[in-house]
Amino acid sequence: MNADLAIQFLAQGAQMFLVLLIAPLAVGVVRRVKARLMRRQGAPLLQGYRDLAKLLRKESVLAENASWLFRAAPCLIFALTWVATALVPSFASGLMFNWAADVVALVALLGAARALLALAGMDVGTSFGGIGSSREMMIATLAEPAMMLIVLTLAIAAGTTRLAGVADFFIAEPLAVRVSLALSLVALIIVALAENARIPVDNPVTHLELTMVHEAMILEYSGRHLALIEAASYLKLVLYLSLLICLFAPFGMAPAAAGIGGWIIGLLAWTAKLLAGAAFLGVWEVSIAKMRVFRLPDFLGIAFIFGFLAILLAFLTRGAVQ
Amino acid sequence: MYVQGGALGALAVVAAVAAVSGRGLLLAVVYPVTALAAIALGAADLAVWLGGGGFAAVLPIGLPTIGLHLRLDQLSAFFGVVINGGVLAASLYGMGLDRATELTPRVEPLFPLFAAAMNLVLIADDAYAFLFSWELMSLTSWAQVVAHHTNAENRRAGHLYLVMAAIGTTALLFAFGGLAGPAGGYAFDTIRTHAPTPMIAALVLATALVGCGSKGGLIPLHAWLPLAHPAAPSHVSALMSGVMTKVAIYGFVRIAFDLLGPPAWWWSLPPIVLGAITAVLGLLYAVFDRDLKRVLAYSTVENVGVIFVALGLALAFRANGQPAAAAVAMAAALLHVLNHSWFKSLLFLGAGAVLHVTGRRDLEAMGGLIHRMPRTAVFFLVGALSISALPPLNGFVSEWLLFQSVIAAPALPQSALNFAAPAIGAMLALAAALAAACFVRVYGVAFLGRPRSVEAARAHEVPLVQQIAMGGLALLCILGGLLGAFLTEALAPVLKGLVGSALPNAGTGPTPFSLIAFDASRSNYDAAVIALFVAIASVTTLLVVHRLSARRTRRGPAWDCGFPDSSPAIQYSAASFSQPLRRVYGAVVFSARETVMMPPPGDLRPARFSVASIDYVWTTLYIAPWRALLRLSERLNALQFLTIRRYLVLMFAALVILLSIAAVTV
Repeated sequence: MNADLAIQFLAQGAQMFLVLLIAPLAVGVVRRVKARLMRRQGAPLLQGYRDLAKLLRKESVLAENASWLFRAAPCLIFALTWVATALVPSFASGLMFNWAADVVALVALLGAARALLALAGMDVGTSFGGIGSSREMMIATLAEPAMMLIVLTLAIAAGTTRLAGVADFFIAEPLAVRVSLALSLVALIIVALAENARIPVDNPVTHLELTMVHEAMILEYSGRHLALIEAASYLKLVLYLSLLICLFAPFGMAPAAAGIGGWIIGLLAWTAKLLAGAAFLGVWEVSIAKMRVFRLPDFLGIAFIFGFLAILLAFLTRGAVQ
Repeated sequence: MYVQGGALGALAVVAAVAAVSGRGLLLAVVYPVTALAAIALGAADLAVWLGGGGFAAVLPIGLPTIGLHLRLDQLSAFFGVVINGGVLAASLYGMGLDRATELTPRVEPLFPLFAAAMNLVLIADDAYAFLFSWELMSLTSWAQVVAHHTNAENRRAGHLYLVMAAIGTTALLFAFGGLAGPAGGYAFDTIRTHAPTPMIAALVLATALVGCGSKGGLIPLHAWLPLAHPAAPSHVSALMSGVMTKVAIYGFVRIAFDLLGPPAWWWSLPPIVLGAITAVLGLLYAVFDRDLKRVLAYSTVENVGVIFVALGLALAFRANGQPAAAAVAMAAALLHVLNHSWFKSLLFLGAGAVLHVTGRRDLEAMGGLIHRMPRTAVFFLVGALSISALPPLNGFVSEWLLFQSVIAAPALPQSALNFAAPAIGAMLALAAALAAACFVRVYGVAFLGRPRSVEAARAHEVPLVQQIAMGGLALLCILGGLLGAFLTEALAPVLKGLVGSALPNAGTGPTPFSLIAFDASRSNYDAAVIALFVAIASVTTLLVVHRLSARRTRRGPAWDCGFPDSSPAIQYSAASFSQPLRRVYGAVVFSARETVMMPPPGDLRPARFSVASIDYVWTTLYIAPWRALLRLSERLNALQFLTIRRYLVLMFAALVILLSIAAVTV
């Protein structure tokens, strides 16, 4: 039991290290694809790592009335996001600590990180921090019900809310791809775009006052604090890409009993899928415009409706499959 | 039993002493004595909850043929722990009240009576004892609501509370009448021996829902709650919101799960539907309100809704012979009862601390309190994050269990419940997200940022004993989150008594901290492991960042995109924080409309911004019937001024009608 536990700890540690390592690269791919499609040279693929290193080296400027919450938040946000990312099965299912949290708990962990970030945005008492925080929380109220419907659909299909369990189910039954899951996929993509502050919900490159959400909240951060928050947002992108891969394209993922060979195949497959997903995101972002904030209910409403349709179809097809 | 008797007696004596003493030192004795009594009662309840036992007694007082039946079983004991925990915290807080300015003979004699009445409701074992102590609870709390009666708003709150309490108790009277049946056996033991007919059961369920729902704040019977709870002194508010609403839940559980016999599946629909509506609507009220204590009261309405959803699901599973799933839903309900009593008491005590040092309840007058009340700020933060159902704190444990039981609902045979499941899930998720938004708003506006008023800028920390009261509750919120699996296991005897099963695979997880709803392969939540990972990740991050980074930190003026303004008015206020939510939800639910009055150039008047919204529940369910009643009584008023001939005609007509009715029916 103890040796087993040690291996589990090691594997979980490897997973944590891995997601951290690949996160800036994934963001680099998104930026690079966007730049090339806009006929720009674009920053090198490894720019994300350089940005983080640069921010770490710089001094951190705190506003005069920033409280301890402002200083503690980046570390906690980063740690929460990091742990959440590491709990999503990436290259293998069922061998790591992914039993510690099912998808409901995972969403809530991200919610905790979001609440802390929104609080940090209000700490200094500037108008931009407040605008970002209030919009972020509004978007969350639109995204979370849709997410819950997706979780329900998956639970009806696979009989579990454990991510590894859902992945195992889809590895074992690849033909289980049904209409309801396709609808859930669309819904989850929309939720992922909202959660990651990507176009059309938010624009990660703009500092145009009236359109920004995420960037407005972190406006007062600099130096190492900003580095941690940026790293957390990189990790969140990896998390949602991994989640999409794990739930809707788990092929190649090593099942519970696979050995080292299975792990290597799984690792290669996951990396390839992740970077492909990042590239798709780049293409998506250049082909659509940012929406007005108050059109977001319509956009996220699509996710909600698709999630609801998915559940209704899941009810109808459940009898046919069993 | 002697413990209960002694403690309740002590509460009565101290209330009497405080009542006759008037102003003075004796008023201050109330809180230590109440705290000691709460410890004694809570410890006795805890022993019965975990170890069984309890007592039953019939005392020869009360109505002649009924007597006074008392009984403490494990359900009562569990709720007793909830209540006495809240009473203890509120009494500790009360010990820190300023003797010269804050103690008044209008509150202190009633406080121990209120605590005793709530304990009495739990051990009442016949309808008379139940209703008597229920009314005692209502009246003692009402008297504390109107303690500061010079304020017109408090008088209005007290009036509405009295009316709603009367309606609720009347409904409960009918419920117990239906339960007792034509034979009129009012002892709970007699009631349990016969199951009512479906028609009677439906009536009992409806009246119990009205009676307990009005006390708990179930929408549309909530209207009094956000007025009355904040009007009382803050530690009494904490008791009313954190604890008295739990007595209402207890009443519903006692009637629906114990006295009413085996359930039919459709019993579950009213609590589920009303609960889900209450959960969402309660928070929508909360998120647009600018009074700190009223926000908390509305959030209580929401949490009561969440608990009723869980109770409804438990009824549905139990009626369909799925005791394991019923146990999950019931565990969610009971755990949320416990959790909510902790974080809501904590938040109300925190609000009381803020109110005490700033003299303001208006969020728009606060700001920056984290610098001036550092400890209160930490405790309030724990409470705010717990109530937002964020891991690894305690609110999420019950929320997680509730989501697990919602996820099991599609397996029920009734299609109405199947199709309700996704709607409930989505509404609960919306409520959770709105709760996070609401409490980020409250905390961000009150404790963070810069002070918006002189009072907020001059705030200071509250006395140590009040900090201990809040700190203890905050600690419970953290421990309840990490040790949620143990708490859920401890509920097993109560669950077995209510739904016939405990959680099937509790304690079989990879670690003892694993919370398992159905079985480990289906879902699992391990707060301690997650917290451990987050702690390891935080420490590693700190170490690495400190190693790699420049480590230099400089303080400077805020950046604010290059336009910093020294005026605190430039900050996001409570109203501006909720503006996006108002545009998205308020426009639909409350027909909220924003108007901007911009004077033309050259006009020196300031620009004005106003929001108009309509509370449809209030206008349609309270104002409209009230107006109709008024109109009807004005019409009938004319009957007072008739000639004697007309009265004779009326009497003759009444006689003819009555005789014809008698002729038809006999």
